[in-house]
Amino acid sequence: MTLTTSEIWTVIAGLGLGTFLIRFSFLGLVGDRPLPGWLLRLLRYTPVAVLPGLVAPLVLWPQATGGAPDPARLTAAVATVGIGLATRNMLLAIVGGALTLYAMLWLLG
Amino acid sequence: MTRSNPKSLTLRGMADGLPFVLVIGPFGLLFGVVATEAGLNLAETMGMTVLVIAGAAQFAALQQMVADTPIVMILATALAVNLRMAMYSASLTPWLGKAPLWKRAAVAYLMVDQVYMLAHLKYERDPGLSLADRLRYYFGTMIPIGPAWYAATFTGALVGQAIPPEFALDFAVPITFLAMIAPMMKTLAHLAAAATSVLAALAFAGLPYGTGLLVAAAAAMAVGSGVEVAMEKRRAA
Repeated sequence: MTLTTSEIWTVIAGLGLGTFLIRFSFLGLVGDRPLPGWLLRLLRYTPVAVLPGLVAPLVLWPQATGGAPDPARLTAAVATVGIGLATRNMLLAIVGGALTLYAMLWLLG
Repeated sequence: MTRSNPKSLTLRGMADGLPFVLVIGPFGLLFGVVATEAGLNLAETMGMTVLVIAGAAQFAALQQMVADTPIVMILATALAVNLRMAMYSASLTPWLGKAPLWKRAAVAYLMVDQVYMLAHLKYERDPGLSLADRLRYYFGTMIPIGPAWYAATFTGALVGQAIPPEFALDFAVPITFLAMIAPMMKTLAHLAAAATSVLAALAFAGLPYGTGLLVAAAAAMAVGSGVEVAMEKRRAA
């Protein structure tokens, strides 16, 4: 990364403060007020709306290969999702995906 | 019913929080390793872990930092991942809203997914708990979870410095994200939101400063809640 030390700390402080304010929002600032249903619904989908879009280009165009799709990494990605869907267990999916990646890298040498 | 002594709710929380150490530990370890590989030093890695305590957002920030995204966009993306916690905050307010300000601030600082889930479940099951007992339980759950997160990240950061580059750690972040996402696919609405996010993010990948991802996220949130509404209507019909 090309960020300077002060830029890195700006990110850390901004993320820490912003996250705290989100967590403190209703508890400390807004108080006990019913939220409109549509807003609760939107908030419910934030992780599932951000993370897949963040990861998709990393899987298809990995930096390690200069952006060219890579069979080992694609297979590992498919294995991770498959194990995650089947077991609903994040750690099993990580371990399974990592093992698949190393097996594929070794096989494809 | 037996009368609870003041300490028992703290102990109850600790016992309920303990199993999550098995998840938090490896996750924190991985964050420490990946942050170090990305170029953060020990102080920066620990600073982020202690100030933020939100794994998914930390990984998201790290990814955007490596990709040299502008700072404003790094923050927007990582904070978008944490917006769900506004919902946690709203749902805990009826139970904890009367606590003194500094205690509410402490509750907010420690509001991670696992603690929220445990506390909310407990409050709904035992609506008769006093405010003091609710707080004891809440902080009790974090007694094993918090230190496990800090210690695991610290260990990961130390280990990361010793791992050679041929271990293909570039792909640790994508694998972690995929492993986080897969168990979230609870309903058709979640699946639709995730699919929208992927397709729109790829379609808008050319937009400058990572704005494509935010557009994709907004579209995915709308699709997710739209599908949820449609499913409810169908069920009601």
